Amino acid sequence: MSILGTRVLRAEDARLLTTGGTFIDGLALPDALHVAFVRSPVAHARIESVDTTAARSRPGVVAVLTAGDVDLPPEPRSHRRVPDAMERPRIARDVVRFVGEVVAVVVAGSRAQAADAAEAVVVEYDPLPAVVDPEAARRDEVLLFPDAGTNVAFSMPSRAGDDFFAGCEVVVEQRIVNQRVAPCPLEVRAAAARWDGRRLTQWACTQNPHGTRAGLAAALGLDTGAVRVVTPDVGGGFGAKHGTYPEEVIVAWLARRLARPVRWVETRGESMCALGHGRAQVQVARLGGTRDGRLLAYRLEVLQDVGAYPSGATLLPYMTRMMASGVYDIPAVDVDVVDVVTNTTPVEAYRGAGRPEATAALERVVDRFAAEIGLDPAEVRRRNLVAPDRFPFTTPTKATYDSGAYEAALDRVLEAAGYPRLRAEQAARRDRGDTRQLGIGLSMYVEITNPGGEPEYGSVEVRADGTAVARTGTSAHGQGHDTAFAMIVSAATGIPFEAIEVRHGDTDDVPRGHGTGGSRSLQAGGSAISGAVDLLIERARERAAELLEANPGDVVIDPGRGVFHVAGTPALARSWAELARPGPLAAEYDFEPPGATFPFGAHLAVVEVDTETGRVELVRHVACDDAGTVLNPLLFDGQVHGGIAQGAAQALFEEFVYDADGNPRTANLADYAFPSAAELPSFERVPMETPTPLNPLGAKGVGEAGTIGATPAVHNAVVDALAHLGVRHVDMPCTPEHVWLALRSAAPPPARAGE
Amino acid sequence: MIPAAFDYVRADSAEAAIGLVAEHGDEAKLLAGGMSLIPLMKLRLATPAVIVDIGRVRDLSYVRDAGDHLAIGALTRHRDLETSDVLARDCGVLRAVAAQVGDNQVRHRGTIGGSVAHGDPASDLPAALVALDATFVVRGPGGERTVAATDFFRGFLETALGPDELLCEIRVPKSGPNGYAYEKFNRRAQDWAIVGALAARVGGTTRVALVNMGPVPLRAAAVEEALAAGGSVPDAAALAAEGTEPPHDLNASPEYREHLARVLVRRALEAL
Ligand SMILES: Cc1cc2nc3c(=O)[nH]c(=O)nc-3n(C[C@H](O)[C@H](O)[C@H](O)COP(=O)(O)OP(=O)(O)OC[C@H]3O[C@@H](n4cnc5c(N)ncnc54)[C@H](O)[C@@H]3O)c2cc1C
Repeated sequence: MSILGTRVLRAEDARLLTTGGTFIDGLALPDALHVAFVRSPVAHARIESVDTTAARSRPGVVAVLTAGDVDLPPEPRSHRRVPDAMERPRIARDVVRFVGEVVAVVVAGSRAQAADAAEAVVVEYDPLPAVVDPEAARRDEVLLFPDAGTNVAFSMPSRAGDDFFAGCEVVVEQRIVNQRVAPCPLEVRAAAARWDGRRLTQWACTQNPHGTRAGLAAALGLDTGAVRVVTPDVGGGFGAKHGTYPEEVIVAWLARRLARPVRWVETRGESMCALGHGRAQVQVARLGGTRDGRLLAYRLEVLQDVGAYPSGATLLPYMTRMMASGVYDIPAVDVDVVDVVTNTTPVEAYRGAGRPEATAALERVVDRFAAEIGLDPAEVRRRNLVAPDRFPFTTPTKATYDSGAYEAALDRVLEAAGYPRLRAEQAARRDRGDTRQLGIGLSMYVEITNPGGEPEYGSVEVRADGTAVARTGTSAHGQGHDTAFAMIVSAATGIPFEAIEVRHGDTDDVPRGHGTGGSRSLQAGGSAISGAVDLLIERARERAAELLEANPGDVVIDPGRGVFHVAGTPALARSWAELARPGPLAAEYDFEPPGATFPFGAHLAVVEVDTETGRVELVRHVACDDAGTVLNPLLFDGQVHGGIAQGAAQALFEEFVYDADGNPRTANLADYAFPSAAELPSFERVPMETPTPLNPLGAKGVGEAGTIGATPAVHNAVVDALAHLGVRHVDMPCTPEHVWLALRSAAPPPARAGE
Repeated sequence: MIPAAFDYVRADSAEAAIGLVAEHGDEAKLLAGGMSLIPLMKLRLATPAVIVDIGRVRDLSYVRDAGDHLAIGALTRHRDLETSDVLARDCGVLRAVAAQVGDNQVRHRGTIGGSVAHGDPASDLPAALVALDATFVVRGPGGERTVAATDFFRGFLETALGPDELLCEIRVPKSGPNGYAYEKFNRRAQDWAIVGALAARVGGTTRVALVNMGPVPLRAAAVEEALAAGGSVPDAAALAAEGTEPPHDLNASPEYREHLARVLVRRALEAL
């Protein structure tokens, strides 16, 4: 039996759980100097002066540098239409624009010495008015970049005319704040660098080693050949570690300038303010249709807060727009996008990156529509789904969905959850006037994975002892690539799973790659490995034919035994070791995906809401996530479970909060309330597999699915629990206080006729 | 997240600790479980020049039957309270409240003395000790004195402890194994209470204490009086916010806290 599709335990766990792995903080780098950054404590100010005298005389200090000392170009613009004036210097020069922005850098003999000296740098700030709220920023009263003349960094205007909702019997509207969150990977950012006179070696805590190589080379004016990027173990990224941060560039620059190895590891407090944030959209969603539940027109206004500098977030709304109409066949769809800068931490990609925002808006407003026409939310969804015979399906916003079976996913979730029984229980509690009301929330989603459609590199090599090495241009940071890719090699070759080493993350070892992000690794990286394995088997077959003195066409592989033989004479076989002995036996392959893939699913959340205190408890979460063919259900579960936890966390717990002056109020893990297992139920996953025709594995991406489906399901459940009390919406996160406030301001709905 | 430089000395006895604090004066700070002090030091909100570690003073870690009351050493860890047989028999309420402090790691390191000395009104144990009318035994260079719990907490992170004094023992009445209810309202299991309401029967009276409803742990005097006068639980609980000064933070406005106090006190009393 093939190991594909089975629950193979993670090969990387023994090492990670026993040795703790090797992260940059723990790398043996004798003689490395330590870097600490002086960061702005104010959100918006002119820098009057930076006095480094005292810091320079602190023990162990090697260098204290400010913008004028460091000849690095500004960050490349995130889009050509972003105003030039909004460029981001690697070190703030004249103006600081968010709390946490780098103002100076200290290099010292130890980490503690660097931290002490950083505190001794005296910066005089002349405060400027700060703008934190994106809606206020859009009014352009306080400008972050006066030379740009506006806070708008980028926009994609609506194309809708006045008659957009003509023909709709019902139009509902909802303003939705998709609040700013902090990704909080367990491992904070870190970087180390060494310059050997000609070449830079950079240890990077990144999702994308080759991208980091390109970013560093461009910033330092080096050929990419003169830069080697190595990623040791990386403890999570969630999208926020996809780009190249100013700190990483400065670390590289310092190694070259000082000709000494240097290392930087940020603190959690720094990480909360300087690692990119996520989401941060204010949306107005309008949905129109007929009284019998047919959706006709959908209009979404997106105001994206990109933070102080337009970076990764600039193009997030592009994804939101592309995925705006979700699983529904809505004839008219229109999206209006405006990106604005604010005096806050720059926003980057975060688990789903623009798609969760699309789903959250649509699914919330579909529920409002259902409530308005008095139809069950499951039924409204069902009546508007893209039918299974319509694939490939192109939406009004020009996404081409590869494959899908939306109604089946909905049916399975309703069935697994026991939907009618839940509704009956809800009705009973409503009748009794329980203080613990039941809420049932649905969401359906389709998302785009490997959205950039980038190719990926894979290779396989068999050693003379019969073991194998596979290389990939993706870069694992918790997902389990070692396991997944070894399974692909093992299943096709018969080389034992344990005898396959998977390597990634060293740009000298792996020639090219596009890293891990957008749930692309299995579909692109796995397909590349699979392609390389096919070529390898072809080559091995030729070699086996020589050894067996047979015609290559007559030689077959027996993947069960990991041997080659002439068809019909299995006893006379050649092993991989025998085949590899005469000389290198290897193959590489670049997989070019013909298009992005579109996983989809349905989630159902059950919450209990304490109507006296406003406290919400998520009691069940049933999820049917279809991401094509499943390679390893254990890894799949891991991605879905983590994703649901993160999605539910946005609905109920997390928000990165600033005060009106731009001071972060949640810059530690006591105030920033991400939940633990104690706050979450055990999730119920309903399997479903609709393969994609776009790659040999049939696999789509599942890294973001759980997050995308979970947030609106949980959010809708909270509102549903309180609907009979007149609540129509609760702002996320649905904290006890938010729920209590919503309950207090709700007007009980008028009794319906006949009641 | 890296504390400023400090010197570290370890005390092996209460006397040694008092001596070391006297020697270093204002520069010194006692370190018990470190669960409150170390985070402050890492944020450089506290920058003591000398740390006097009392974490290993073994003879200050005990729960003892002292005849008409129980005596608890200041260095007793929350975890030891949570699992104490003596408390199970004679003061169930303290055992149950200790079990609600933070998470497992915090309970294994944090001490009851540290919780009291830190004077955080959001802490669980101080409110329980106020409800129990506990007495604190304090020693300094001038000798030993006792302070009533109700006099001990002076303001936000402010107590009756002098900078050169060591909290040594906490004395509580024997309130029995049952007869209490603690309603701790928080968002995540390991968090401090947004509001906490404790009801306990002690020697024929019903005591009600509030966590995080003012700068110090409070007794809900109006509730207690209403109950003593024969008022119903809902009527008494409606008075829970009287005389409180609830803080405003990310989790709750004062108004919401007042509402929570009323609901939680009612629930605690109903569960008694
Ligand atoms: C993640 C986390 C969650 C927490 N959650 C809760 C919670 O839900 N509820 C709760 O009540 N608490 C909570 N705490 C705080 C915890 O209870 C601490 O243990 C307690 O506040 C302090 O005890 P400690 O022994 O650690 O004191 P330390 O941190 O060592 O000291 C605290 C202060 O008291 C002084 N001190 C300590 N012992 C003495 C003594 N014997 N005499 C004189 N002065 C002394 C110290 O000098 C210092 O100023 C939490 C802490 C953390 C880190």
